[in-house]
Amino acid sequence: MSAKKLYGLTALFNTPDEVVHAASKVNQLGYKHYDVHTPYPLHGMDAVMKLKPSKLGYLTLSFGLTGTAFALLFMYWAMSKDYPMIIGGKPFFALPAFIPVTFEVTVLLATLATVIWMLAFYFKFPSNSHPLHDTPYMKAVSGDKYGICIEADDVLFEVEKVNSLFKDLKSYAIEEVYFPIIEPTKIFEPKFLLLLAVIGILTSGATYLTLNKIIYLPPFDWMMTQKKVTAQSKSLFYANGFGMRKPVDGTVARNFLPYEYKGLAAPVVPLGNPLAPSNEVLKLGKKRFLTFCSPCHGNFGEGDSRLRGQFPNPPSLHSEKVRGWQDGNIYHVIVNGQNVMPSYASQLSRDERWAVIHYIRALQKAKNASPSEIIEAKKEILSNVAK
Amino acid sequence: MNIDYSQEVPVIEGRITLAEIDRLIAKPLDEKPNKKFFIALSITLTLLLIGVICVSYLFFRGTGVWGLNQPVGWAFDITNFVFWVGIGHAGTLISAVLYLLRQKWRTGIARFAEAMTIFAVMCAGIFPVIHTGRPWLAGYLLPYPNQHGLWVNFTSPLVWDVFAVSTYFTVSLVFWYVGLIPDFGVLRDRTASKLKKTIYSVFSLGWRNSHRNWQHYEKAYMLLAGFATPLVLSVHTIVSFDFAVSIIPGWHTTIFPPYFVAGAIFSGFAMVVTVLIFVRKVFDLQAIITLDHLEKMNKIIVVTGSMVGYAYGMEFFIAWYSGNPFEQFVFINRAFGPYAWAYWIMVSCNVIIPQLFWIKKIRRTIPAMLVIVIIVNIGMWFERFVITVTSLHRDFLPSSWGYFIPTIFDLGTLIGSFGLFFTLVLLFTKTLPVVAMSEIKAVAEGAQPSHHGGQH
Repeated sequence: MSAKKLYGLTALFNTPDEVVHAASKVNQLGYKHYDVHTPYPLHGMDAVMKLKPSKLGYLTLSFGLTGTAFALLFMYWAMSKDYPMIIGGKPFFALPAFIPVTFEVTVLLATLATVIWMLAFYFKFPSNSHPLHDTPYMKAVSGDKYGICIEADDVLFEVEKVNSLFKDLKSYAIEEVYFPIIEPTKIFEPKFLLLLAVIGILTSGATYLTLNKIIYLPPFDWMMTQKKVTAQSKSLFYANGFGMRKPVDGTVARNFLPYEYKGLAAPVVPLGNPLAPSNEVLKLGKKRFLTFCSPCHGNFGEGDSRLRGQFPNPPSLHSEKVRGWQDGNIYHVIVNGQNVMPSYASQLSRDERWAVIHYIRALQKAKNASPSEIIEAKKEILSNVAK
Repeated sequence: MNIDYSQEVPVIEGRITLAEIDRLIAKPLDEKPNKKFFIALSITLTLLLIGVICVSYLFFRGTGVWGLNQPVGWAFDITNFVFWVGIGHAGTLISAVLYLLRQKWRTGIARFAEAMTIFAVMCAGIFPVIHTGRPWLAGYLLPYPNQHGLWVNFTSPLVWDVFAVSTYFTVSLVFWYVGLIPDFGVLRDRTASKLKKTIYSVFSLGWRNSHRNWQHYEKAYMLLAGFATPLVLSVHTIVSFDFAVSIIPGWHTTIFPPYFVAGAIFSGFAMVVTVLIFVRKVFDLQAIITLDHLEKMNKIIVVTGSMVGYAYGMEFFIAWYSGNPFEQFVFINRAFGPYAWAYWIMVSCNVIIPQLFWIKKIRRTIPAMLVIVIIVNIGMWFERFVITVTSLHRDFLPSSWGYFIPTIFDLGTLIGSFGLFFTLVLLFTKTLPVVAMSEIKAVAEGAQPSHHGGQH
């Protein structure tokens, strides 16, 4: 039978001294693919087998440091970038308070990496189909015997030579170990597919039941189903029956100043524009003007509506009247509306209204500049380009 | 007394062969459980059932079923948590610290102590979870990306606790499992039953006793021990931060971390001795878990007990020395106030009675030892109770002073946690080797090569 492939030759010994002697002999003869099997680590065997020290420590160190860096960077990002919050008067990046979590993450990552790396890459586990398993040799060395195995793929390996070497070493049991004959397994076996289907149905069914049914059974109560007064619900406690309390008259929302001339035909004292006409403000004003104002007023404020007569065209913004207005007057029109123009207070925030006014002023300036002013402006642009 | 200190005391008593060691340790796994085992298991399961009922009722009705209320907002839950976490500290200390210190005698007890660590941390983990209003939402404790855009507060000791205890549990479990892999290999090769063989094969991952593997294995074991040592200190330090970082007089002290760690080792060793006394008797392991081992543990108990006693004294000294009237009030109230009974139980159990271990005869007498270690366990539970409750029950406003009385559900949950612990211990003794076979064989006489060519 040529199907049986030789894995190696094994020899058993009764005492640790014998196996140490055997290992040093095998090593001297120049075998490379051999291994010593003992029920527990034998002291000094590393030196006899001339093994290099394990490099596992470097891996542990690098994963440990990765854990440290990850924990610190993550906490820095979460606590000072993503959702900065002042807690207990500490700075956003509170290093002393981050130490415990950093330490734990370091230890956790280093431990798991060391063990998983060792098992998966050094030992190549799990490997329950290794040829040495289920041999009398393995049963002996996991109990109280000491063994050595020379593998057949060693360049110096010859069955007779190794056999006589083991006999010279006074081994009490020499055994040939063969690779097990493994039948190829098919993935599309009906039994296996059925198993997959059953696992799939059970998993999805259990997930569905847990997430949709079980967690809504008592005693699992949720805040949304708690007995409490919510925003629009009826109150049996207050005389007016409202669950919500009305704020005191004159209450103003935080960061909000009401427009004091709302509803009046004209402002009593027009407000001044609180924004400086910076680049950003003009850009914002242009954007809002083109979105909300230009459909009727036209892209340049000339009253050339895009609406093709579906809505009456407004007068030009370049008239003497509008140019003569103060900023506050235009603001008043935006907030209150005028004639057929409705209020744009809900479309434009206060800052946006003032930005739009700046943009209108820029349009007016551009449309109605005197030739000398245009020359001045051109000069300025050229000097800016030259710079 | 003439003791020859030049010769190391053998770790194993008598001359047992390696095969005999395997047979002794694997015996409980090979035999069917007997009647006594089932009686013991039914007792612990009954205790566990009491706990399950109490916790179910708690889930149904809310934390109002417990006796805690303002001003004592923390009572049995945190007491039990700290108590169990503390017990868990002995295992890692024995397996990691004593390993680094090359204490060979640890091999006989390490596996058992590690298992107890894992079970104790499991018991401990129950309490922080069930004391929250909606324990089924405990996942909120972990930092995960959520629809609120919120992260957990990484500067809070309670979040440190989550990280510390879960890391401790994971690392202890991994450490324990790594130690078990060669033993699974031994069991796999010993057993005749096909089912057992499959199970052991799966867990052994295909361990082959190869020296090329042993080399990395020993390195990994040392690295894990190196990590577990600061970890064991960090965990109880962080647990003590739950108290020490707050500003309650009686909690806000810098002595807490070392004091808690010493207390944890103290209570953990007491619990290990308690259980080992029974295990070595029931499973005939007197030769492997020897009286010397127990004596050594008793010595550690008396050392750590005295350290705890020093901490008790130092707390009073600092209260006086600080000149802070609130601090002074809390400590005088602790010793002479309404909870004086608990305080003096604590002092006598933890400081006074363990001093008997200075006497060699008591250190080496099993019944005396058993009584003392059980008293230590009681005392250490009371220590946590005293720290928690006496600091809270008389707070800054005398009008809201109160007195905590536990309800039947408080007590039932505590009993249930003992039930869980001992159930797991019992199941462990029948399913896994209670002593690390490969480690104990390595320290048996004649197990290591004689280095200079047979010089005896």
